[in-house]
Amino acid sequence: MDCEQCGKCANLAEKNLSLCERLYTLLVYSENTPGLLSQITAIFTRRQVNIETLNVCASSTPGVHKYTITCVCTEDMVKMLTAQMEKRIDVLQANYYTDDDLFMLESALMKISTPVMLSNPKVSHVVRMHGGRIFEVNPTYATLEKTGATATVMSLYNQLNELGAVLQFVRSGRICITRSTEERLDNYLAKREQEREEIKG
Amino acid sequence: MNKEIITGAEALMRSLEHEGVTTLFGYPGGSIMPVYDALYDHRNTLNHILVRHEQGAVHAAQGYARVSGKCGCAIVTSGPGATNTITGIADAMIDSTPMVVICGQVGVSMLGTDAFQEVDVVNVTSPISKWSYQIRRAEDVAWAVSRAFYIANSGRPGPVVLDFAKNAQTSMVEYQPAKVDFIRSYNPAPAPSEDAINQAVALINSAERPFVLVGQGVELGNARAELKAFLEKIDSPAGCTFLGMSALPSDHPLNMGRLGMHGNYAPNVMTNKADVIVAVGMRFDDRVTGNLQTYAKQAKIVHLDIDASEFNKNVKVDVPVLGDCKQTLAIITEKVSKAEHKEWISSFRLYAQIEYDKVISKAIHPSDGPILMGEVVNKVTEATHNEAVLVTDVGQNQMFACRYFNFTKGRSVVTSGGCGTMGFGLPAAVGATFGAPDRTVCLFLGDGGLQMTIQEMGTIMEQKAPVKIILLNNNFLGNVRQWQEMFFNHRYSFTPMANPDYEMIAKAYSIPSRTVVTREELDGAINEMLSTDGPYLLQCAVMEEDNVLPMTPPGANIDEMLLELEK
Repeated sequence: MDCEQCGKCANLAEKNLSLCERLYTLLVYSENTPGLLSQITAIFTRRQVNIETLNVCASSTPGVHKYTITCVCTEDMVKMLTAQMEKRIDVLQANYYTDDDLFMLESALMKISTPVMLSNPKVSHVVRMHGGRIFEVNPTYATLEKTGATATVMSLYNQLNELGAVLQFVRSGRICITRSTEERLDNYLAKREQEREEIKG
Repeated sequence: MNKEIITGAEALMRSLEHEGVTTLFGYPGGSIMPVYDALYDHRNTLNHILVRHEQGAVHAAQGYARVSGKCGCAIVTSGPGATNTITGIADAMIDSTPMVVICGQVGVSMLGTDAFQEVDVVNVTSPISKWSYQIRRAEDVAWAVSRAFYIANSGRPGPVVLDFAKNAQTSMVEYQPAKVDFIRSYNPAPAPSEDAINQAVALINSAERPFVLVGQGVELGNARAELKAFLEKIDSPAGCTFLGMSALPSDHPLNMGRLGMHGNYAPNVMTNKADVIVAVGMRFDDRVTGNLQTYAKQAKIVHLDIDASEFNKNVKVDVPVLGDCKQTLAIITEKVSKAEHKEWISSFRLYAQIEYDKVISKAIHPSDGPILMGEVVNKVTEATHNEAVLVTDVGQNQMFACRYFNFTKGRSVVTSGGCGTMGFGLPAAVGATFGAPDRTVCLFLGDGGLQMTIQEMGTIMEQKAPVKIILLNNNFLGNVRQWQEMFFNHRYSFTPMANPDYEMIAKAYSIPSRTVVTREELDGAINEMLSTDGPYLLQCAVMEEDNVLPMTPPGANIDEMLLELEK
């Protein structure tokens, strides 16, 4: 279990998962109606859980929006959060996952100082070690892109920042797809379509 | 078929009629004027009750919904009209009351410009409503109204807000009635899982000391008969939440009384002795559970609810059964074995007797001293043969009323449970008289709560709404005073209150009234109140520093109720 990262339950004689805080990724699907995002974020605010990252985009199903949200909390809490989300009328599905269940990545863009880069060879060394991609250089700055796991992205940023090279930094929220062979949203939509037929029929 | 071209406001009227709405509570204003103009031609089918404040409109709609089982409907204007409904919307949300609130809004071209009487109603109400939607085009009226009523009424009922932009009220549309009965992202009545049912049945069959917690879900699901059949087959005692009180007749031999902070002694103590608890349509509110760390720890818990987000929210349950309890109770009853629990049931009597001796007999049959709230409630429930609708405000009046009023019929309790809204009583009682026109509506309130919405006496006057108003006047904000006495060292910080002459106020509104100060006058006054046609205000000068007992202090263990206070 992941109790090493939690601190709250690591010292308990018996590991208690309901107390163990860890990083969860929530995949939420909703109809594309206005105002849904604030309804979803309000659920976090009310339960005093911080959103670590948030990504919203159209899903592969037309008319359905996908929210990818990460937060640190207990499993009991993440269950309550997803249940509260599914209670919103226009939310189709809300499920939670741990990192083992997902393929995931995030991207970062950085603007780094050309003078610092030229004066300190460590800068380009760090960039190369992390496989960062520079796609524009001018006398003032260089633009750098890195896509990968959160830890790698943050390692690149932290090391460049220590060298005083970073002018601007931005990280995308986490994006991910599930490892499971089951497509929960498709199954849900198919089931509901069948139920619609039954009601109409 | 020739389709008619009409305004959005007229489309709203047709849509409301299409939904079967007959009664509206409302208050006009600038941004809703086209709707009121359309309403003028529909006065024969849509009975609009003009309230005296928008808060009154929503509470009246709640009272109407709670007793009738139909969806309440309120119409108000934009800005302050809409914000005045917030308390009622929040109240309806936590107490699962079906209600549609239609408020005016400035025209779409002015949205977001801080226009006169513009408030971002959708965002303000979104967290406290089941659905909140802005109608921006006349074309959307029929669909939005149908969807609103479908959402408000189905599943776990709740309030829906329609924010109706003025341009959509005035522009023309080819009207066609809409019927929303399916939303793919919303499954109001999920089919019960066979697995969950079987687990529940196995647990119930294994129970030696079963106990059933009855919530308002039983009333909302029209499952009173199913509940009774279930209880009688498994021979289980039951306790009711305040909102679920009339789901089971008070004199049913398996009804052991009320749950919670000011509930009855036996059901609270036995909650911590039962081996299997079956909770039906209730949400383990902190006022019911007390300290969660010690609440029913010995019991396996089966929870029947229509709202999946209620499972494991406060109390860990062993078997959650998702679904409409009318259905789930019936299936479980069919599958469980018939049982008998004579000894267990009779063990409740010991605690009931203790409560009767130490608390109830003194509260309802005092021999001397000032009139007590409990005795007034007891006399009114007896005089109405336990058949009346009980409406309460919030505070000691509510606790005494809920403790001592008894019920024979369903849908007979209108009280603000989860929200605890002072000022709820008077307008809710007005609504109840329209929702249950054939029944006697008895409202208990205190001098504090009455003054919060006292303007609705104007509505009572105009409508001749037959509310029997029983004012339990103790010149105090009594519940807070009780807590100050118990937990704040008798420091009565701003709870004593100078009162106006309520008989004069009643007279100004042409409401017959009477004040009783002595016990001897009480029976006669209650009879006079009940035999008077129309509204009546009965003011009872009750003991100033009376306390609601027994009591589980906040956060204390539910089985450690205080029966007496140290003097």
